Amino acid sequence: MENGEGVVKKFCYINRKAPYGTIYALESLEVVLIAAAFDQDISLVFADDGVYQLTKGQATEAIGMKNFSKTYSALGDYDIKKIYVEKESLEERGLSAEDLQALKYEDEDDDWAEKDSLFVVERDELAGIIDEQDVILSF
Amino acid sequence: MPLEVNGKSFETDEEGYLANLSDWQPELANAMAEADGAELGENHWEVINFLRSYYEEYQIAPAVRVLTKAIGKKLGKDKGNSKYLYELFPYGPAKQACKYAGLPKPTGCV
Repeated sequence: MENGEGVVKKFCYINRKAPYGTIYALESLEVVLIAAAFDQDISLVFADDGVYQLTKGQATEAIGMKNFSKTYSALGDYDIKKIYVEKESLEERGLSAEDLQALKYEDEDDDWAEKDSLFVVERDELAGIIDEQDVILSF
Repeated sequence: MPLEVNGKSFETDEEGYLANLSDWQPELANAMAEADGAELGENHWEVINFLRSYYEEYQIAPAVRVLTKAIGKKLGKDKGNSKYLYELFPYGPAKQACKYAGLPKPTGCV
């Protein structure tokens, strides 16, 4: 990356589905965790029903699924620091940033200070972010 | 092949990982290590216990790079390096330690 080794592309993973009705959300998360090993420039986008993936207080016992929402907190350990949530998608569902988990990463270059990695952005801004990407994977 | 410990049988997958996370007990880790010709000391347990609490918190077994960094932060720089971890777990720290810890095989780079 900084030392000029290899090619770094901008990868964007777009998550648009509710977490447990289909396998998309979990599969996307697993792909992201695997791809994180390749030192690429990774962004995650949550829009439409995908915003439900990041909600707090998920309880999955009754549907017999693993509650993988806790895993999003580990993304910082994997150097994933750009997680964008579409503001309009939240509003359309009666949600706001307070309904979402706080996602943070520790900045190694700043004495491990905790910094936010989740950003609520408006649709127009998100379109610009998506436009800058080299590779887009939609789930 | 099921693993026999204290007269009880525990289901494992084809690579020897425990089938049910909730079945885990320390004796199982010792039995798995013994089958690999290893003996678990205090340093091994530090890593195994770390993995179990990481899994408890995040519901995943960390990739080896993440494990190395996190161990370094928690237990000190002299332990947060590949050499130290590979000496403890020659079959690969994430892979082998996760197996002993009763966790599923880590996702991605192990």
